[in-house]
Amino acid sequence: MSNMSVPKAPRIWQLAERRYRLVGSKCLKCGRLFVGLRKVCPQCKSTEFEYVELSRRGKIYSYTVIRAPPMEREKYGPYIMAIVELDDGCRLTAEIVDCSSEEIDIGTEVEATFRKIGEESESGIIYYACKFRPVVKGV
Amino acid sequence: MRGDVAVIGVGMTKFDEHWNKQLRDLFVEAALEALDDARVDLKDVKAMFIGNMGSGMWVEQEHLGPLLADYLGIPGVPSLKVESACASSGMAFRLGFMSVAAGLHDIVLVGGVEKMSDVTTGESTHHLATAADREWEAFYGVTFPGLFALIARRHMKQYGTTREQLAKVAVKNHKHGSYNPKAQYQRAISIDDVLNSPLVADPLRLLDSSPISDGAAAVIIARSDIARRFTDTPVYVLGSGTATDTIALHDRDDITILRSVVLAAKEAYSMAKVEPEDVNLAEVHDCFTIAEILAYEDLGFVKKGEGGRLIDEGMTELGGKIPVNPSGGLKAKGHPVGATGIAQVVEVTLQLRNEAGKRQVSNAEIGLTHNIGGSGASCVVHILGRSRR
Repeated sequence: MSNMSVPKAPRIWQLAERRYRLVGSKCLKCGRLFVGLRKVCPQCKSTEFEYVELSRRGKIYSYTVIRAPPMEREKYGPYIMAIVELDDGCRLTAEIVDCSSEEIDIGTEVEATFRKIGEESESGIIYYACKFRPVVKGV
Repeated sequence: MRGDVAVIGVGMTKFDEHWNKQLRDLFVEAALEALDDARVDLKDVKAMFIGNMGSGMWVEQEHLGPLLADYLGIPGVPSLKVESACASSGMAFRLGFMSVAAGLHDIVLVGGVEKMSDVTTGESTHHLATAADREWEAFYGVTFPGLFALIARRHMKQYGTTREQLAKVAVKNHKHGSYNPKAQYQRAISIDDVLNSPLVADPLRLLDSSPISDGAAAVIIARSDIARRFTDTPVYVLGSGTATDTIALHDRDDITILRSVVLAAKEAYSMAKVEPEDVNLAEVHDCFTIAEILAYEDLGFVKKGEGGRLIDEGMTELGGKIPVNPSGGLKAKGHPVGATGIAQVVEVTLQLRNEAGKRQVSNAEIGLTHNIGGSGASCVVHILGRSRR
């Protein structure tokens, strides 16, 4: 099987800090937050940004269970994917872990947790980034 | 621009799993059929635009422009591949239209082609997901069915759209597909069939999803003032619109609205000087059942949130007020992604020429095509008419 489109190490390293620490971009003019680094705001066209750590807690905006995964994740399926709306208003796409799909719904409170996403090959580098898990009340 | 360009010939392969044909074979088959239909000689083709999403990934062949001109026997002719994910050939049609309307070329071949069945389903799923945001969506494991499932769940939550309403879209399109000899699936299915099919990305099931397909489609377009030299039934391009939206679904304020569709439709309606209620039939991009519900709303056939009601009332079936996807749509006709946009133009042209056989929409004067890329990050809409108006 061809492995040509799986991300390669240099590309992964470029994004490591943003993914490990959930660094996003805050538009200094309109205040809108985005995952990753931006230089121009699609909302107000400002080029003034600061790079900030995004909130690590939020709520599920929508979710699904991936039962037909892409080739690089076939051994992980089925798994839950969601759009999470963070407490600071930023939305991002993430896997929901440590629960079954029956235990969550739109609105379920979740928090970031640092996890393995995948690996390049048996001898290649391992990818890490944030997934989210339901907040356990009273802990 | 309105009415300055006409479709004078159409062709397409059957959409199917073509185990014994290559990408170039499929394209040439569709192109020769279109040339024959238009009664245009190869030497009169002045340019080619080819929609294709991912030949570099699926068959490890890029540079399709010259490859396909060469294999069509016209090396030397300007020929360009156009990519906009699943909207690639709708966009190619737009570029062909622009080149003829601008006076650059008088006769142009616009095609679309995809060869998807040479790889595993997991590989195809991976390749399709490159149309999402690779770094911030696909990397984490979301797939295309997954993105549309996220939309479906919000639509159900916000507007009360039901699982059965989604199923009815697939049932309708399979019924239509049973009348189309070029459809991949020419058999009817029931609501229970859909609801009992395996889950792909909850709440979407296998029979909510368009298949993985091989196929090609082609049309010949020409300046309207010379169109009648070739055909008695030119079909005119009345309106053309295209737009984009954020690449990532999570960056949109409300994921139940595909803003690219709203903007592209506005441009196309405005150029054509028609309203949504003037449209007699539409070929829309039902990659998943929820996508057809969104199309009803974002194209202005009903208000936002009322798409489910439209399918319940049977308005979009053959014989209804506005038949949608008489070809069977992506669901039943098949979805070789780069060929879909031109296949939609082929169907609307046949309908407006009154040549659609058992699936003919009666008294069709104006037809619309709606082709989206990714989770709606790009959209192209065309409005075609029997008369130049």
